[in-house]
Amino acid sequence: MKVALFVPCYIDQFYPQVGIATLQLLEKLGVQAHFPAQQTCCGQPLANSGCERDALPIYKHFVETFSDYDYVVAPSGSCVYHVRKHFDKLDQTADVQHVRSAAYDLIDFISTVLKVDALPGAFPHKVGLHLSCHGQRGLHQANESEMTPVRDGQLSRLLRSLDGIELTQLNRNDECCGFGGTFCVSEAGISARMGQDRVADHVRNGTQVLTGSDMSCLMHLEGIVRRAKLPIKVMHAAEILNGVVA
Amino acid sequence: MSHAIRADKFLLDADRTTWHDETLWFVREKRDRAVYGVPEFQELRELASGIKNHTLSRLDLYLQEFEAAAQANGVHVHWAADAAEHNAIILDITRKAGATRIVKSKSMLTEECHLNPYLMQHGIEVVDTDLGERIIQFRDEPPSHIVLPAIHLKKEDVGDTFHTHLGTTKGESDPQRLTEAARQHLRAKFIAGEVAISGVNFAIAETGAVVVCTNEGNADLGVNLARVHIAAMGIEKIIPRLSDLGVFTRLLARSATGQPVTTYTSHFAKPAPGKEMHIVIVDNGRTQQLGRPDFRASLKCIRCGACMNTCPVYRRSGGHSYDFTVPGPIGAILSPNIDMKKHASLPFASTLCGSCTDVCPVKIDIHTQLYKWRQVLGEANEIPASKKWSMKFMGRVLASTRVYGLGGQFARKALRLLPHGLTHAPSMNAWAVARELPEAPKQSFREWYAKQPAAQPAPSQTSA
Repeated sequence: MKVALFVPCYIDQFYPQVGIATLQLLEKLGVQAHFPAQQTCCGQPLANSGCERDALPIYKHFVETFSDYDYVVAPSGSCVYHVRKHFDKLDQTADVQHVRSAAYDLIDFISTVLKVDALPGAFPHKVGLHLSCHGQRGLHQANESEMTPVRDGQLSRLLRSLDGIELTQLNRNDECCGFGGTFCVSEAGISARMGQDRVADHVRNGTQVLTGSDMSCLMHLEGIVRRAKLPIKVMHAAEILNGVVA
Repeated sequence: MSHAIRADKFLLDADRTTWHDETLWFVREKRDRAVYGVPEFQELRELASGIKNHTLSRLDLYLQEFEAAAQANGVHVHWAADAAEHNAIILDITRKAGATRIVKSKSMLTEECHLNPYLMQHGIEVVDTDLGERIIQFRDEPPSHIVLPAIHLKKEDVGDTFHTHLGTTKGESDPQRLTEAARQHLRAKFIAGEVAISGVNFAIAETGAVVVCTNEGNADLGVNLARVHIAAMGIEKIIPRLSDLGVFTRLLARSATGQPVTTYTSHFAKPAPGKEMHIVIVDNGRTQQLGRPDFRASLKCIRCGACMNTCPVYRRSGGHSYDFTVPGPIGAILSPNIDMKKHASLPFASTLCGSCTDVCPVKIDIHTQLYKWRQVLGEANEIPASKKWSMKFMGRVLASTRVYGLGGQFARKALRLLPHGLTHAPSMNAWAVARELPEAPKQSFREWYAKQPAAQPAPSQTSA
């Protein structure tokens, strides 16, 4: 199994520890992932802004970078969702089709491909799980409250398997955090308000560690947590899981 | 003016924003409970979507079938290409009936066509008889929601409005008393009404009947008391058979308000003896939308408002921030079809979270259409120039490993060295108004990785 690690641009630049944790966690699970150095970005920021045409060279670069691998794993469901759903704009060559289906969010990869749904280790903290919309509603990694009252999903299963962990019961289990890519600056007021409301739900219900599988949402929520100087630690799920698994 | 600017005005009153958000979230939760109680709800959505797709694919034929059936029932059928024709037809019917007093039950189409001001200019009195509609009519405001038109108002606001217009006690905010005042006021209007206008929720091709769903019974009261009934409908309201109706009535009220069914589901098929019934079938941009493959499915909409109640942006920006008859996610995909320039910011008033698509009872791919409208707007140069050029620049940077690597190094260094007050200046950095920037690490992931032994061998031999 040839596995490539895709470290989205903002993680590469601002959250290297998340990339490192992803790499190390995969290794502990028996997967030696490789990081092709020529990778850049999936092109989503441009496409979501209405500039899909300007993103096409980025898409092509992405496909060229990753077409030799069986799987492309990224600690960000949003980027994966973009590759799977919106690379339909490229000519659907065998390489393009392969890369689209080979792209996996880290947690999805662990759950679906490696078929791991429990991990040995302890994390004795009250953990608030932020479900990212593109992972949840886009990649169906967790149940949607629009469909069912059952609050279940890949990451909550993995986290619940840890000893001593307590998951926060939120009032709104899967409301969007308001990051939304360039939305966070083009609609900065609404974006911030949504983030503040999400964080308030966690504060109200006792979250000590705020986590999720999409660093983009967490970057936005962390910005709000730090501005308000709240006693909440924001960690990507890969950091938690890598930290507890020996 | 963009949605973001209007939204910022709404956000200025933080407590009111909280109240608005929680009020609509309450409706969303009520909807959830109603939906969870129906095990086959997802099948119903699939069925409804299929019926609507089928109908839209043969819309011309079904409209003709509907017209013939309605005419056989003794109903006058009128066709209006646009809002102006719709308004002129209704004025003409009213004048021919020698009438000057109209009672109107809820109809988003007549809002869309701006019928009320048109009729009033021509000396006709029009009274909206839906409670929420009447409140905003007094206040001379457009509806802020398609099902809950006065949802932006608190009971104290209604008390002030009724004090001014109905003479209720100043400061009265008891919903029971205020509603009673409206009932007494409207009762007189119903009795005096000569023409009753209603909207249409469903028009059945097979029978030529129209179906109107209300909770207040005001459509029935208006129609049964007036001499003339005018039902106004968009061309997309057609469903093929009476037996299809049950699929939609089971979905509509549950999605809209969490009720199993609306209090009244009224079927109007033919005029009562000695009375007249008219149906005005309106296009007003709908065939243009039907001709857009990517956006055609927006015509499946049954106007339940669930996408508004669930939309985290709508709940925090209010319906008026959309400046279009139909606000919220569905409005953001309908409005650019009508005026792309004016409504260019609406498809961007979304995080593309997809909740709208998941609550939609007829499975409109709303968030995908928002994404696709963004591309249409980008191609048409209807996005801000700053955004356009920064995206072009970003496209160049991100297509090259080298330029990307150098740019990242430079940005992180700048972020570390520049003073916080400069990197977080709200005038230059919209992010930093309410958020801290991430702390810029000295080393990017790729810089770290390049120093690892694993980085050295070629990407061929790996094992699991």
